[in-house]
Amino acid sequence: MDKYLMDTAALEPVAQIKIKTTNLDLFYGDFQALINVNMEIAANKITALIGPSGCGKSTLLRVFNRMNDLIEECQVTGTVLIDDQDIYLPGTDLIDLRKKVGMVFQRPNPFPLSIYENIVFGLKVHGLARKSELDYHVEQSLKEVMLWDKLKDKLHRNALSLTLEQQQRLCIARLLPVKPDIILMDEPCSSLDPVSTQRVEELMKVLKEEYTIVIVTHNMAQAARVSEEAGFMLLGQLVEFGRTSQIFTTPKDKRTEDYITGRYG
Amino acid sequence: MDYKAVKEFVVEKAILVCGLVSIIGVILIFFFLLREGGSFFLKVPLSEFLTGKNWYPTSTPPQFGILPLLLGSLIVTGGAVLLAVPLGVCGAIFIAEVAKGSLKEFLKSGVELIQAIPSVVLGFLGAKVLGAYVMDWFGLDTGLTAFTASLLLAFMALPTIISVMEDAVTAVPHRYRESAIAMGATRWQTIYRVVLPAAASGMAAAIMLGIGRAIGETMVVAMASGNAAIIPKSIFDPVKTLTATIATEMGEATGTHALALFAIAIVLFAITLLVNVTADFLIHRKRVK
Repeated sequence: MDKYLMDTAALEPVAQIKIKTTNLDLFYGDFQALINVNMEIAANKITALIGPSGCGKSTLLRVFNRMNDLIEECQVTGTVLIDDQDIYLPGTDLIDLRKKVGMVFQRPNPFPLSIYENIVFGLKVHGLARKSELDYHVEQSLKEVMLWDKLKDKLHRNALSLTLEQQQRLCIARLLPVKPDIILMDEPCSSLDPVSTQRVEELMKVLKEEYTIVIVTHNMAQAARVSEEAGFMLLGQLVEFGRTSQIFTTPKDKRTEDYITGRYG
Repeated sequence: MDYKAVKEFVVEKAILVCGLVSIIGVILIFFFLLREGGSFFLKVPLSEFLTGKNWYPTSTPPQFGILPLLLGSLIVTGGAVLLAVPLGVCGAIFIAEVAKGSLKEFLKSGVELIQAIPSVVLGFLGAKVLGAYVMDWFGLDTGLTAFTASLLLAFMALPTIISVMEDAVTAVPHRYRESAIAMGATRWQTIYRVVLPAAASGMAAAIMLGIGRAIGETMVVAMASGNAAIIPKSIFDPVKTLTATIATEMGEATGTHALALFAIAIVLFAITLLVNVTADFLIHRKRVK
């Protein structure tokens, strides 16, 4: 990580690029879900992908951890670089990729195991920690998502007994022990109430200090609140990509403006 | 209007009667079992019945110790479970998680087909064909042993275990698998760290139902186990089970001997009830969660 910082700082004084797509096309069988997407996602920022449903924003998110691979007949062309590594090269280690690129889903989906087991899952799967270190990681991860004080005495309760907000925080917490670089969030607040949403958003702002966050949301107000950069997608195309403030105040494309002002979507 | 009301009434009561018939049936069975078996215990104390080492119902004086029969049932069922559970677990996981498309359908219907084989056919094949092989392989005096019966019972319990277990594994929501894979778990890690723990209670219920099936099975054990009411020293000895005792002796049993068979039936009933209640508890617990 440190080495990487030094290398690119010299080349790229403005912002480090964490993810870069070039001429990215994605097909589900005959249907083209992503059309020539070119974007650069900056490190340690929150980047939002917005657009009406079916526009391809979730599909694009799942390009970054190759979860689309699970869908048969899904084909990707073009390049996707993460830290200058093409993640679609044959022989790419998907397990390493998914360790580095964590994902939070729309519906909180902790494993039906104890809170403790949920957090050490990644460490066990990747063979990363000794038994004696597990407690430490559980404490650290829960502290990072601000659940430790509430849950420290209930670590062996089933994770499904938590509130939805706590479950979603736990889903974020369980990514942290394996030290991901990037956290993908697919509408992480859509099943939460407004107060929980606000708290999760605050958490995201804290986490971006250490992680690069890409969030898909249909909630434009949320994108405006949390993100620094935003991409507007429509029918598989990335129509516009830039600073969030610019996208929301002075969109360059007519379609973006129409969407932002609520003419469709 | 009137006609409709009458029709409603008749249909409702008819359904009620149909429902009650099965319950009444169970109650009657239970009542007669207790009456016949109960009078046996007036003649022979329960402790002697359960722990007596000799089952000589026709000698004078007769001895009614069912310990050899209990051990016979235990060793045959236990052997069957030891064989069937690992095979069943692996088979269910393979069908539910690994096999795809036509292979999956083929395996599922194949497993169901096993259930369609009448047990007398299986027992006959077991006694005549499998028994001869068992005798050869292990150099025994007879091929009709607890082991032979265990093999057959395991085969009979497999469809129950596999189909119930496969349902339990398939019912685990997809989102758990998805999030495990998104965290970099391999397919096998996903299965044994997430899917199996999530399906555990359903899988335990499947095993219990398989055990229930094996304990209650009569024809196969009567034909393939050798029917010797002696305390077995190893799994390669002939044994006589509780079920086979009732089946083979009821024809000529009279007096106290006949009552003793009812007493065995009570023991059998208690064991299967226990197994079923346990299975039910496990299934129910899963639903609540």
